[in-house]
This record gives sequence, structure tokens and C-alpha cells, in this order.
Amino acid sequence: SVLLPTYNERDNLPLVVWLLARTFSDSGIDFEIIIIDDGSPDGTQEVAQQLEKIYGSDKILFLFPSGTAYIHGMKYATGDFIVIMDADLSHHVRLQKQKEGNFDIVSGTRYKGNGGVYGWDLKRKLISRGANFLTQVLLRPGASDLTGSFRLYRKEVLQKLMERCVSKGYVFQMEMIVRARQLGFTVGEVPISFVDRVYGESKLGGNEIVSFLKGLLTLFATT
Amino acid sequence: SVSPGSPLPSLPLSRFLPCSSHGSPTLLSPQAAMTKLAQWLCGLALLGSAWAALALAPPGLQPPGPLRQALLPLPVYLLVAFGCYSLATVGYRLATFNDCEEAAAELQEHIRAARADLRRRGLRL
Repeated sequence: SVLLPTYNERDNLPLVVWLLARTFSDSGIDFEIIIIDDGSPDGTQEVAQQLEKIYGSDKILFLFPSGTAYIHGMKYATGDFIVIMDADLSHHVRLQKQKEGNFDIVSGTRYKGNGGVYGWDLKRKLISRGANFLTQVLLRPGASDLTGSFRLYRKEVLQKLMERCVSKGYVFQMEMIVRARQLGFTVGEVPISFVDRVYGESKLGGNEIVSFLKGLLTLFATT
Repeated sequence: SVSPGSPLPSLPLSRFLPCSSHGSPTLLSPQAAMTKLAQWLCGLALLGSAWAALALAPPGLQPPGPLRQALLPLPVYLLVAFGCYSLATVGYRLATFNDCEEAAAELQEHIRAARADLRRRGLRL
């Protein structure tokens, strides 16, 4: 089950869905995609509903937002494994060959193997590496990339993690890995290619950095 | 202002709620019991007191001369060393940050194929 929270992804969403559907059917994996839209004003919902018609509602499910997107989507997920990713074509979905090694969680990393980025200037790379270094020193998470935002979880593992703690936004993703390590779950890594947003803008301003630091320090003090 | 006896105003931490554990969490490692902050404070307290005991001891209990000379500025040395290590590490990682040229190209191809296919299947963009 792929959980796709979206906001203003009218252009990216059909492409992501198409890529996912093709990747899964090429690998012979049974799948479903759960799209949870946060009230986008740009028509994302109509696109999602069209996709549901095209692929069938056993493959695509569109949900209106209700509380936290992940928790809401989890209730409808029927898969044994849950993938959480961004719908903005950032991850270039071509790595569904996780689960070898029988990990509880598989996390995408931009920093190892042939993982990487495209379209990033030096400043953005520096901030990314710097922030990650700080994270490694403070949290010692045992995973090389906490904010790559491409994850696969065993369903029971995700449920257990989600009931433990609630941060918001991407800090939530970081917290999940840290807690997972503490609880003894196995975390494997898979290189991902983070291609800069094809459509839409990517946000990395001063505000983002400040809120990242706040989140990091909060995790440092509470986990 | 807070008058004695009144409840403290709530802090604006609404984005980050502290973790609650239901019942007793399964602790599979002793480190899980302490937060990272607590671990750091413990470690620093340990090292700090050891250093203070040795470096700032009264004349009768001081370690021999050269050792003491090295010991005194040790915290600063370690800080500087860590600073250098950080810069070197981040610099190295920055330099070796992969640029996924072919992934980007592949993606563009996929996008073309996707749009054609979806249009064929009835998607109105």
C-alpha cells in the first residue's frame, strides 16, 4: 500500500501514479495507492478521482483529509507493507526491490550507494549535508538519511511506531527512524535519486532551516 | 506574568508533542531509557569531572608536570579537533554528493511515456 499525501500536485500526481503502477506490475507485486489530498485548490482531487476510474478502485483509493494523512490512510491500507513517499516526483520511483534482507523498515537514502540528487546547487547540497551531519552527531540514528522521505514499512511496525509518538511534518519521519532503532526494528537502506521537483517549487528557505533545527533539538531532548 | 499558585501558561509547542509511551515500552537496549540529551549530559559530566579532578587538583595531588600541561587545555583541543573533523567530513560529503544525471534523463523519458499513456487511457490534464 502506497500512502501518498498530496497538496497541489495536480501535475505530478498522474505521473507518480503511472510510475508506481508500472513499477509494481513489472515486478509482479500486488499494490494499491492511497491518495490523501489536503484540500488542494488546484484540482488535485479531480485528477485523483480520474485516476481512480482509470486504474480501478482496488488499485487507487482517494481519501479526503481527516486528521493526520498517514493515520487516516493507514486505516484503509490492506497491504502487508506500507510505502510512504512524496508525490512530487522527487524520488524517481524505480526501487521497489527492497525487502530483500527482510527488513522491518527500508529507508531511501540520497547519501549512500548510487543515491544522489539532481538539479541542486552547491548551497542546497551544503545545507543538506550539514544538516545531516548535525543529525548524525546528535541523534546517532543508524540510518544515513532521515529526511529522504521515501520509506517502506511493515504494516505492524508502522502501526506500532505511529502510536508511540507524534511529531508533525518531516520531523515525524525522523522520529520514526529513531524510535524504530530504539525498539530494535531492523532498518535497511536503499539508494534513491532525488530529482528536483519537475513541476512546482521546492522550498528551502530560512524558515525551513529554523524549523528543522527546532525539530532536531526537540528530538534530541525527547528521544 | 504568573502569580504563585496559578498554572503556568502553556508553551507554543503544538507542532512538537512530547512522546507518550503506553505502559512500559519494550526496551531492547539500555540506551533506549535515556534521551540523547541525557546521554550527552552524563557523558560530559563524567569526562568533565575526571578532567577537573586531574587538572584542577590541589598541589599535593597533581599528576606529573607534562601530563598536567597537556591536560589543562585538553577540552579546547578536543573542541577544535571536533570542529576540524566536522568541516572535513561535511566538505568531503559535499564533494562526493552524487549528481544523478541519468536518473533525471530517465525520468524525463518516463514522463513522456506516462503522459502519452494516460492520455490514451482517458486522463484529462
